[in-house]
Amino acid sequence: METYTLIVLLLAATIRVATPLLLAALAGMFSERSGVIDLGLEGKMLGAAFASAAVSAISGSAWLGLGAGIATAVLLALVIGFACITHRGNQVVAGTAVTIMVVGLGPTLALAWFNLGGHTPQLDGPGQRFVGLVWPWAQPAREHPLPGLLYAELLSGHNLIVYLAAALVPLSAWVLYRTRFGLRLRAVGENPHAVETAGISVNALRYRALIISGVLCGIAGTYLSTAASSGFVRDMTAGKGYLALAALIFGKWRPWPTLGACLLFAFTDALAVRLQGVALPVVGVIPVQFILALPYVLTVLLLAGFVGRAVAPHAIGVPYAKEK
Amino acid sequence: MADRIDPAVPALELRGIEKRFDAVRANKAIALRVARGSVHGLIGENGAGKSTLMNIVYGFHRPDAGEIHVQGRRAEIHAPHDAIAAGIGMVHQHFMLVENFTVLENVVLGVESGALLAGGFAHARGELEKLARDYALEVPLDAVVSELPVGLQQRVEILKALYRRAEILILDEPTAVLTPQEADALFAMLRRLRDEGKSVILVTHKLREIMAITDRVTVMRQGAVVGEFETARTSPRELAEKMVGRAVLLRVEKAPARPTETLLAVRDLEVRDRLGVARVKGVSFELRAGEIVGIAGVSGNGQSELLETLAGIRAPTRGAITMGGRDLVAERLGPRARRTLGLAHVPEDRLRMGVVASFSAEDNAILGYHDRPIYNRGVLSNGASIRAECEKKMAEHDVRPPLPALRITAFSGGNQQKLVLAREIDCDPRVLLIGQPTRGVDIGAIEFIHKRLVALRDAGKALLIVSVELEEILGLADRILVMNGGEIVGEVSANEATEEKIGLMMAGVKGEGRA
Repeated sequence: METYTLIVLLLAATIRVATPLLLAALAGMFSERSGVIDLGLEGKMLGAAFASAAVSAISGSAWLGLGAGIATAVLLALVIGFACITHRGNQVVAGTAVTIMVVGLGPTLALAWFNLGGHTPQLDGPGQRFVGLVWPWAQPAREHPLPGLLYAELLSGHNLIVYLAAALVPLSAWVLYRTRFGLRLRAVGENPHAVETAGISVNALRYRALIISGVLCGIAGTYLSTAASSGFVRDMTAGKGYLALAALIFGKWRPWPTLGACLLFAFTDALAVRLQGVALPVVGVIPVQFILALPYVLTVLLLAGFVGRAVAPHAIGVPYAKEK
Repeated sequence: MADRIDPAVPALELRGIEKRFDAVRANKAIALRVARGSVHGLIGENGAGKSTLMNIVYGFHRPDAGEIHVQGRRAEIHAPHDAIAAGIGMVHQHFMLVENFTVLENVVLGVESGALLAGGFAHARGELEKLARDYALEVPLDAVVSELPVGLQQRVEILKALYRRAEILILDEPTAVLTPQEADALFAMLRRLRDEGKSVILVTHKLREIMAITDRVTVMRQGAVVGEFETARTSPRELAEKMVGRAVLLRVEKAPARPTETLLAVRDLEVRDRLGVARVKGVSFELRAGEIVGIAGVSGNGQSELLETLAGIRAPTRGAITMGGRDLVAERLGPRARRTLGLAHVPEDRLRMGVVASFSAEDNAILGYHDRPIYNRGVLSNGASIRAECEKKMAEHDVRPPLPALRITAFSGGNQQKLVLAREIDCDPRVLLIGQPTRGVDIGAIEFIHKRLVALRDAGKALLIVSVELEEILGLADRILVMNGGEIVGEVSANEATEEKIGLMMAGVKGEGRA
């Protein structure tokens, strides 16, 4: 029973950790499918985390915070688009530059506005955060562990963004494979010349993809600062943008496999937290540093072992220019 | 047929089209009329402005001046979208297909009829099956494009245009990727489209195709239209002269060879690739001063490996290559040492092995010879001398434009090749290995290069030429070796060689007197 509870709690933690990862990975999917490498995921998420926490702290509304987070991330996405699409700049440089800029800008603005050492104020007022939604009968259901605990911990009790992220997987798959926009998006990442020849504007399509990426990163960043925690702190994305990129590659730029990759990464992360200080059979207590490194080690092993078979969109990373 | 062509209202009319790229006038006051229900040829050398003109018609480029009229009405074409709307379709030389999409997805892309795909696909499927029946254009609609042979991929491009209700179909060098049989099938289909009242513009530099399929032909040279003919009333010679601007020799003129001593001898050469598969199997031959030996064969039968081994780029697993009494294989001499001995090499794949694409012409003109004293001053290179030498080579080999500082890729294929040849013969080699002497080279330059090669022969050099163009081998070589499956399956002297005879050997039928 003890082990069972432990596993359910581990899975519940996995879902919470996976949410921002999944949102960022889906964001990356849209921009990379259009042929734009998205190294700005980290920066867009971090920018959104700051903006949403700041606006939520000032206005007292998590929803306004979400709006600010999305607006910020979209703005940053447009900056990347202006550099890479309009001016055909190097996508890796543009994405990295935006990330570096935000890493510095967030804490600087926080210090200037709130004077709290680079944090935003603690979000503890009503409505300032996205809190867990407890589903009907979740409390009494705990009495019956087998289906009840699963219901109470895995289905119930998460905040709105978690459910939204889950719904975005089938929605993204549907958009990508069943709609006109999806067809064009997949085409422009493979062969933009074919798209232009077919009478479609390559640049407009790529801008749209980047805007979607911005919206999703905005939601992911908002989740970090106003749902998973209560306020913005320095470097709070902690490489999640890059991990999301790894999950995207591991998931071969497809929605469902990407979900699987995000859950796997999140699970190792949750496991690492659980294993701290726990004495395991044979090996005993593992030093905490090793535990914390586990997700990253696993990532490296997985990517080294499997990514060879993942084929990236053919035109990714190449600025589009008409011939001559 | 004459009654179907209504001369009053042309399907496409261009008036005074002008286009300038920086200093280059790519199109000069172009006027062109393409009649309805006709196949109109547009012929010219590489760089004559044909592709630019067609890209203007299809909306890839905006003309600086001029008007486009489609079916008698002025059309404003700013983007491919406008061209499609005006009923113009284009099949590009490099197909504009999304390789990992199915045929159906490729056809529908851009004309999906609705935000959701399901309905558009169903509609397209019916429409395409009808088109396939009407024009004999069967393609498996659910096959992934990258898995189709090029001939079928081209069909997909044509279907794309027809599905968009194109009345005018532009094909840019459509036979470059096709086998002769596939080209014939394409032409049959174009005739069918013409008979249905569509207009076809065939852009090519191959005279044979113009003569075979077109009703009328427009010749372009240096950005301008220099002539228009009814195909039935012209000749390949007349067209070639118009294209080049002077009389050209379609056939190489040369005196019989007078070979003297053996300069290079190959004995029982075997070459294996990285996987250990034998690509050259026990090849032996001799190369004598004052003769051109041609190696014929279908691409991929060991010619490339043989050439690279002779040049010192690959190591053979067995055999000997002797030159001037030295065994190049036993002494393990590399390309540079072989060059010093008087063995020069013009590689088959110019852009991959012959030049560095991002370098200027003058830097390319010293590649491999950069350590000659003339190019250096102590440890520094001597820029002035490098430039002067490049200018000299350009003048001697008629490289245009004669600008040493220009990037090599800004030159046409023919001019690049002339410069590479100039570089390789500058140190007066005794043996010259030449892979695909005129691949991607225009008629004028082909004539120049062929003349130059014959002149080298007459000066007592030994030349080995590898070419997949049988016509070129037949025209140039004094002796022809035919390769098949890594072996030399036959040897024919120039005066006994016929296309049939060599074709049979290329297919693997052994010739007399060898093997």
